[in-house]
Amino acid sequence: MPNIEDIAKELASKLKEHKADYIEAHLEDSVSSYITYRGKVLESIGKSASVGGNIRALVNGGWGFVSFNSLENIDERIELAVQEARIAGKGSSHLAKIPVVVDTASIGSKQNPGNIPLAHKKELLDSYNALIWKTPRLKTSNIGYGDAYKTSIFLNSEGSFIRQERSDVTLGMAAIASDGNQVQQANMSLGSPGDFTAMENLEGAVREMAAKAVGLLAAPQAKGGEYTVVLDPVLAGVFVHEAFGHLSEADFVYENDSMRELMVLGKKFGPPELNIIDGAAVPDLRGSFNYDDEGTPATKTHLIKEGVLVGRLHSRETAEKMGEKPTGNARAVNYRHPPIVRMTNTYIEQGETTFDEMISSIKEGVYARNWYGGTTSMEMFTFSAGEAFMIRDGKIAELVRPVVLTGNVFETLQNIDAIGDDLAMNQGGGCGKSGQSPLPVSNGSPHIRILKCLVGGK
Amino acid sequence: MLNIIQQILDKTAALAQSAEVFMFTSEETPIVFEANRLKSLQSKESRSISLRVFKNGRIGFASSNKPEDIDFLVKSAIETAEFGAKANFQLPSQTNFSVVEVYDSNTEKVSLDEMVNLGNGMVSALTEYTPDILCEASISRNTLSIDIANSSGLEAAYKKSGFAVSVEGTVIHGSDMLFVGEGESSCHPVLDTTRVLDSVRLQLDRARNQAKINSGKFPVIFTPDGLASAFISPLMAAFNGKVVLEGASPMGNKLGQQVFDSKFSLYDEPTIAFQPGSRPFDDEGVASEKLALVEHGIPKNFYYDLKTGALAGKKSTGHGGRAGGLPSPSPTTIIIKEGNTSVEEMLSDIKEGLYIEALMGATQGNVLGGDFSGNVLLGYKIEHGKITGRVKDTMVFGNVYQLLKDIEAIGNDAKWVGARLMAPAIYCPSISVASK
Repeated sequence: MPNIEDIAKELASKLKEHKADYIEAHLEDSVSSYITYRGKVLESIGKSASVGGNIRALVNGGWGFVSFNSLENIDERIELAVQEARIAGKGSSHLAKIPVVVDTASIGSKQNPGNIPLAHKKELLDSYNALIWKTPRLKTSNIGYGDAYKTSIFLNSEGSFIRQERSDVTLGMAAIASDGNQVQQANMSLGSPGDFTAMENLEGAVREMAAKAVGLLAAPQAKGGEYTVVLDPVLAGVFVHEAFGHLSEADFVYENDSMRELMVLGKKFGPPELNIIDGAAVPDLRGSFNYDDEGTPATKTHLIKEGVLVGRLHSRETAEKMGEKPTGNARAVNYRHPPIVRMTNTYIEQGETTFDEMISSIKEGVYARNWYGGTTSMEMFTFSAGEAFMIRDGKIAELVRPVVLTGNVFETLQNIDAIGDDLAMNQGGGCGKSGQSPLPVSNGSPHIRILKCLVGGK
Repeated sequence: MLNIIQQILDKTAALAQSAEVFMFTSEETPIVFEANRLKSLQSKESRSISLRVFKNGRIGFASSNKPEDIDFLVKSAIETAEFGAKANFQLPSQTNFSVVEVYDSNTEKVSLDEMVNLGNGMVSALTEYTPDILCEASISRNTLSIDIANSSGLEAAYKKSGFAVSVEGTVIHGSDMLFVGEGESSCHPVLDTTRVLDSVRLQLDRARNQAKINSGKFPVIFTPDGLASAFISPLMAAFNGKVVLEGASPMGNKLGQQVFDSKFSLYDEPTIAFQPGSRPFDDEGVASEKLALVEHGIPKNFYYDLKTGALAGKKSTGHGGRAGGLPSPSPTTIIIKEGNTSVEEMLSDIKEGLYIEALMGATQGNVLGGDFSGNVLLGYKIEHGKITGRVKDTMVFGNVYQLLKDIEAIGNDAKWVGARLMAPAIYCPSISVASK
């Protein structure tokens, strides 16, 4: 059976022999396992192995892309990718210059979840599920655990040859309560770049989640309308990812004159206290890596500095076409897809306002915590809190049903009027874009306060 | 490849009581246009082999895309069976299935040039219509083969073809953004894009002006696409046999009761010829049949796979679906039965209201309970029976079960939304709207 290391060595010289402006190859070998529970019982447990790769070629500005599982006949696949690129290419090719890199990025054995016996993983999840079920009035529960360990090799016609190991662990849990007429749920999700111990010692949080689901049964619905809203670090992290992060992805901007105008560097986007960063070079998070899927070294990029747009996320192509520096944000969820511009670890930098200061001046507002999800159309966004409380006369008041917050990105960023002193990163999310999901990312923020935010409700 | 399936079953025979091999191979050729230009041609091959075993009364599972690595598959499936769920059902042994036509050899024959021309045609038609539009388009053809065999004697296979065209347009003025789009898919080649283009041009026309609606309660017409963005995921969760079994479905104890408006009927139909969601049998080898979920407002059935069916004391309805892992109850092609009111008649009945094409974020909330709250991504104001312009910064809030209890009218021109939903427009008399 051919292995990816041997194939990669063979490919290194072949990529240079074809008539294309640029050719790259990705090869991947991965093993993953998963365990799920529905209700009191384990529902499924399984293991899977995957090997595959792709060839991507650029000719006259057009791309050809060929992905495969079988590692045989690679020569024909290179030829096909070049042919496809030739049909697509009608202009000229633009790729920002990056250093030619020959490197290996390994991870320690502690970071390989495959080394932990299935029996141990199951024992831990059994204990969490038992804890969830100690809560009365619970209707059902879901647990989904997954881990993956992957070796990937990237090489290109410029001479780069990069071997990287990556791993990823995720755990999502939900408790669902019902009183016969209605159903309420509470969720938690977390992840780590391979360290299984991050899944341990969650007993307190699991108990709290189950109690929350039951508590929501009695909670009233918030009245819809405009409020001053305080977001906790988890939800603010989702907000920065959805509302601003996607807008910073240069592939939405580089060939669109109106977007270029709208997203021109130097434009004021928020208050002077606002700083937003994305970067895979921020270590030990789910969006961290050494090189992106085009072989560009990871960076840490300021997107907003003191309220002003100063940067955006690039692939080699978008960087060159916009005359900016590549940032190492070209990522593919796996070898079946070409790399596209994606976020890595995205966060709002810490400010100075304490939580008490933040809520003390609010007469009537909403404190929204935790998340179900979020989505954006660039201009508008919606994100869903996992739980919410009213703020009344400067104090946290009654629990209300989870709220959906929505708004115009540009107005909402301007309406951030306080940034907390308590930055925390959330590792439980996966990002989807152009059919590539879920990509490991992290996001984070301190508590933030937003004026005039639209809250859905009766 | 069939040889490999047999080898795996042979190898497993001595180690487990039952075994089943499921194999998936596909080839896909997407052509992608970005910013009004041809950007890339792609070809994607993929395959996977899954092995499910019953050992000592428990289920083990492994999958791999290395067909030569039979040892990994067998070893991992046996290893996981030690911890697996209880095996409470028999693998099916049916070998003859009614024909469901899902393969058209013409689809594979559509040339790359023809596909490029289709995309160019859509882009130029829309840029002629609206010069400042930026289009992303995709034209894709694929073939897919499913092979399944098990130790009860099942041996079955089918091949499916698919062709899809879609176009999305963005129009940006300042920080105001408009997103329009349409698509069509079939097992046949889709070589005529007139319907897709007409739909996008109509969206562009209707969104040309802006309109404002105040907060309050208003009548709302959901177009088929609008319904898809808010109503379908809660309904599909509620009729999932697994959710019912867990007691988490609001429909769980409602079979046979008048829960919805009597105009509302909902089916899952995996047997429509040449629809991409159709198939002769499900991913466990159970024959496909049309399933009534709701008829005349009365819930009739839930959908089951083998395991969930056995737990519930029901038969599998042929809805075992796989997404890489073990099968679970999965819908195939959803049909909401059309009514007898034209959209013009609905409009003429409304003094002030909304016409919703797409809600954003409506499926993020408490999906099981049916509550939704969504931002109107594409929707128009209705004034005195006429569409007057696009609304923005507007949220609607509702509960799927309450809204479907009292339907004013159902449209008489159901259409496909994507490949797996056929729906008419639905006119709801009163929905909460919050706007800036």
